[in-house]
Amino acid sequence: MLEIKGLYKTFNPGTVNEKRALNGVNLTMESGDFITVIGGNGAGKSTLMNAIAGTWPVDEGAIIIDGINVTNLPEHKRAAFIGRVFQDPMMGTAATMGIEENLALAKRRGKRRTLLPGIVKTERDEYRALLQTLGLGLETRLTSKVGLLSGGQRQALTLLMATLIKPKLLLLDEHTAALDPKTAAKVLEATDRIIAQDHLTTLMITHNMRDAIAHGNRLIMMHDGQIILDIRGEDKKKLTVEDLMHEFEKISGEAFASDKALLS
Amino acid sequence: MSIESLFNALPGAVSQGLIWGIMAIGVYITFKIMDIADLTVDGTLCTGAAVCVVALTGGLPMWLAILLALLAGMLAGLATGLFHTAFGIPAILAGILTQYALWSINLRILGGANQAVSADKYDLLTSMRYLSNPDIPFWKNPLVMTTIFLVVVIVLLYWFFGTETGSSLRATGANPNMARAQGINTNFTKVLGLVVSNGLVGLSGALLCQYQGFADINMGRGAIVIGLAAVVIGDVLLSKVFHNFALKLLSVAIGSIIYYVVIQVILWTKLIDSNDLKLLSAIVVALFLAVPYWKSRFFSKPIKRGDAKHA
Repeated sequence: MLEIKGLYKTFNPGTVNEKRALNGVNLTMESGDFITVIGGNGAGKSTLMNAIAGTWPVDEGAIIIDGINVTNLPEHKRAAFIGRVFQDPMMGTAATMGIEENLALAKRRGKRRTLLPGIVKTERDEYRALLQTLGLGLETRLTSKVGLLSGGQRQALTLLMATLIKPKLLLLDEHTAALDPKTAAKVLEATDRIIAQDHLTTLMITHNMRDAIAHGNRLIMMHDGQIILDIRGEDKKKLTVEDLMHEFEKISGEAFASDKALLS
Repeated sequence: MSIESLFNALPGAVSQGLIWGIMAIGVYITFKIMDIADLTVDGTLCTGAAVCVVALTGGLPMWLAILLALLAGMLAGLATGLFHTAFGIPAILAGILTQYALWSINLRILGGANQAVSADKYDLLTSMRYLSNPDIPFWKNPLVMTTIFLVVVIVLLYWFFGTETGSSLRATGANPNMARAQGINTNFTKVLGLVVSNGLVGLSGALLCQYQGFADINMGRGAIVIGLAAVVIGDVLLSKVFHNFALKLLSVAIGSIIYYVVIQVILWTKLIDSNDLKLLSAIVVALFLAVPYWKSRFFSKPIKRGDAKHA
């Protein structure tokens, strides 16, 4: 479903701030794979996700989604294949627009936007039913501005928007990191449910090792812009946090450095 | 300076407010909806006027002259849009560049610094001379004619911003990251927003030159400030009452009318020299723009405890 070959990206090349963020990443995802991604600060996790989403062009390498080479496609064209939830709850929704308007925008992802109405009556029932599944009481607030919602509600809504049109690939960039533990658990639960229900191929970055182990069928660890660990199937099920820390130290030769991962 | 002279001047002020209101709605589209400060308008207003005057004096029919002015405005918006998106120039600078270039273009179109289009020689849609002329049919009164234009503009925009394309413009202004993630080509929507906005400014210029009976190379100077004034006055006074999008556009036009009526009153009192008007306008706009900021800084209400559980 997703094939990444020899991906390189350097930020601010030729300056003192030069940072080689992706250093030859290779990754193949089967259809229905749910991969959790962990790694220390600056390991290249978010960079990898932005490279796939097309936030900026990569220096070298190829990104192929379902047989289509998207390496040179602009971000908005790749959006036809990709659903995304960002770390920042403000990023994924339009605050000054209503809940239903946001959903209607997502409903038209990958389609030509015409001069037909931006939202039609029948959609509202669909959205109401979908929002009900979140259990956050949003189904009665269809016309409320998204700016009035809490961070957790906005992330849950963004998740719905990312999956409203079934994406070939779902990218979750620490989408629960900014939420309080209770809300984070709720959003993660919804995430699991939607992924299982639609058999979505998913890449989820998380700073929480326990979450990384508990979710998905495969786990990769990144360090210095490379994938240094790739665990799947039975091995992943038996994995513990201690195993991961130990593996990391063995491969990288240094202690796992992520304040967030250790504190949570 | 009798009170009568003020009353006599008011219909003119309101008419001007209505015409500039169309321009202010153009400013609203870029400034409020697209979140772009577009300074092209200072040039576009004159471009619309110049094209209209030249078309009319050249013998073209009225509807064509108006249409050409609208298209000329849209072209100016397209130029700014391409400077911004294809050339990667910051929007504010892109607008300044186009506006600067338009000075030369406007002079070329006009063939000089100004050109008259007299209500005696041409059958104009609107003219300040129709204001007090009893022989003119009711619908040709500038107050009526400009209101018709304004209503048509508001209806069309209300429809447009409700469409899929219009929604994608609003999304771009609200959150470009989200827009791209939802498959919206934000470069296209930004250009389209600028095109629509400047088209309206061109249209406003076409009405204004007829109203005052001439087009002048300086007529657009400071248009952006008047547009912003209308937007912020309408917003500050009416945002609590008007929530519907069409009403929000109407509040911009009302803001514009208020602006011109207030100016008229100030001129009538003779407290201020008309040369100082621009200074005064700038100060008023700055103060109105500051209101929401100061409100949030100094008068923000403490967050209620009950809200925390939703966090």
